[in-house]
Amino acid sequence: MKKSALPDPFEQARLEKGVGHMDDQNDPVTMVLGLKDVRKCAHKWQTFQSGAKPGRIVVPSEVAIRETRQIPFEVDPPEHKGFRDLLDPWFKRPLEPEYQDKLATIIHAVVEEALNADEVEVVEEFSLRLQSRALTLLLNIPYEEAQTWISWGTHVFRSEGESLDGDKAAILYDYIDAQIDKAAENPGDDLYSVLLNSEVNGKKLSKEEVKGVMILTFAGGRDTVINAVTNSVAYFAEHPESLQRIHDEPEIVNTAVEELIRYFAPLTHMGRVATEDTAVCEHAVKADTRISLCWASANRDEKTFPNPNEVVLDRKVNPHVSFGFGTHNCLGATHARQIMHTLVKTLAEKVKSIEIVDHQDNVEVLGEFNRKVGFHALNVKFTAK
Amino acid sequence: MAKITFITIENEEITVEGDSGNVMELAVANNVAGIDGDCGGVCSCATCHVHVDPAHVAKTGEASEIEQDMLELDDNANEYSRLCCQIQVSEQLDGVILRVAGDE
Repeated sequence: MKKSALPDPFEQARLEKGVGHMDDQNDPVTMVLGLKDVRKCAHKWQTFQSGAKPGRIVVPSEVAIRETRQIPFEVDPPEHKGFRDLLDPWFKRPLEPEYQDKLATIIHAVVEEALNADEVEVVEEFSLRLQSRALTLLLNIPYEEAQTWISWGTHVFRSEGESLDGDKAAILYDYIDAQIDKAAENPGDDLYSVLLNSEVNGKKLSKEEVKGVMILTFAGGRDTVINAVTNSVAYFAEHPESLQRIHDEPEIVNTAVEELIRYFAPLTHMGRVATEDTAVCEHAVKADTRISLCWASANRDEKTFPNPNEVVLDRKVNPHVSFGFGTHNCLGATHARQIMHTLVKTLAEKVKSIEIVDHQDNVEVLGEFNRKVGFHALNVKFTAK
Repeated sequence: MAKITFITIENEEITVEGDSGNVMELAVANNVAGIDGDCGGVCSCATCHVHVDPAHVAKTGEASEIEQDMLELDDNANEYSRLCCQIQVSEQLDGVILRVAGDE
């Protein structure tokens, strides 16, 4: 099997039962596996709530390490809409040409650095740098700030061998507290200041609410973007003809990006808490227990996707759920898509070949399933055109 | 060239002409409010939802099964709903009227 392949561990359970099960710190999760079922459950926010105890809808659960409610994704309608109405225009700025030019400059520089090095460890030296530098645009703060986030390493929320680490998470939370205080004293045109001066649902955002938005912005777009970028580099290393094809047929960049995002599904799943006794695929789900919407499994649903385990760069109809579905679909999707578009175009333009020297898979253990989501480390050599 | 008329949520009427690509691309290129096309036209985001004027349904044809599955869970969907990324621009569309469906 190719090193860049992400196998589908859910196929049999999806076909036979429609659900899977995992234990998560004594708070079990029923994983919903089929595309239609995932969509239906995501749509039924009254039955499958996001506004549960902070940290509980995340799998692995973060209830033990945080009390701050992440906003808007841990808020249900109708309050949710006010937050999205405030945040959506800001998070759509990546559609503006000026933003895109700045992003292209950042990505060109990261690719040039890689081309000039003998060897690159992609996770730390390519993807983390790219993601951190691009995040300064989304936050509208100076580029230099990225260096702080890069210095944290890829694992802000976890240590080696542990799923979660409260001490490490505190680094991010303390940092955000300090940035909020700084913006309160000296307001600017950055996201912190904008949020501090905004009203939602008729009242001004509290510092705690601003913190909730900022934690989500940092956490939600970190591992996910790093995985998408790293997996893309690995894929192009093993499929040089794909990179050449995108170079020759630039009109397929959009379908190629959506397909890579479908195939990688950088976030495996996201939980919800049942508000009443209900059922998924005829399996009972009791009130106050958790389900998860397994985007990674839904994206390989053979009922919708022909050849689901192949990357088909010009797949025209591609109703994947890598950015979620329904009310809580990914706030950062526009930024993430723009990163991937620019990256894929830049690689196709500048890179002749990529050779994988060494790799260490990142495999998630989810009860009965082991899912490769990306790499802990990926050493490659880039060759310029 | 086909003339296509969009009616936005604010009741603004925008008539555009096109001869290739899909209707979502045409709408985005002409800044039709309420048509975002976040996924670029692969039937994944449902941000290009329109209601086809009942008199013009024959021009657009019906939604595919995959498209219907997307629309099924949109609170604002009705029997005239289409994702306009799934409608190809052609002479057959000439004169069609599409109402932007917008949020629920």
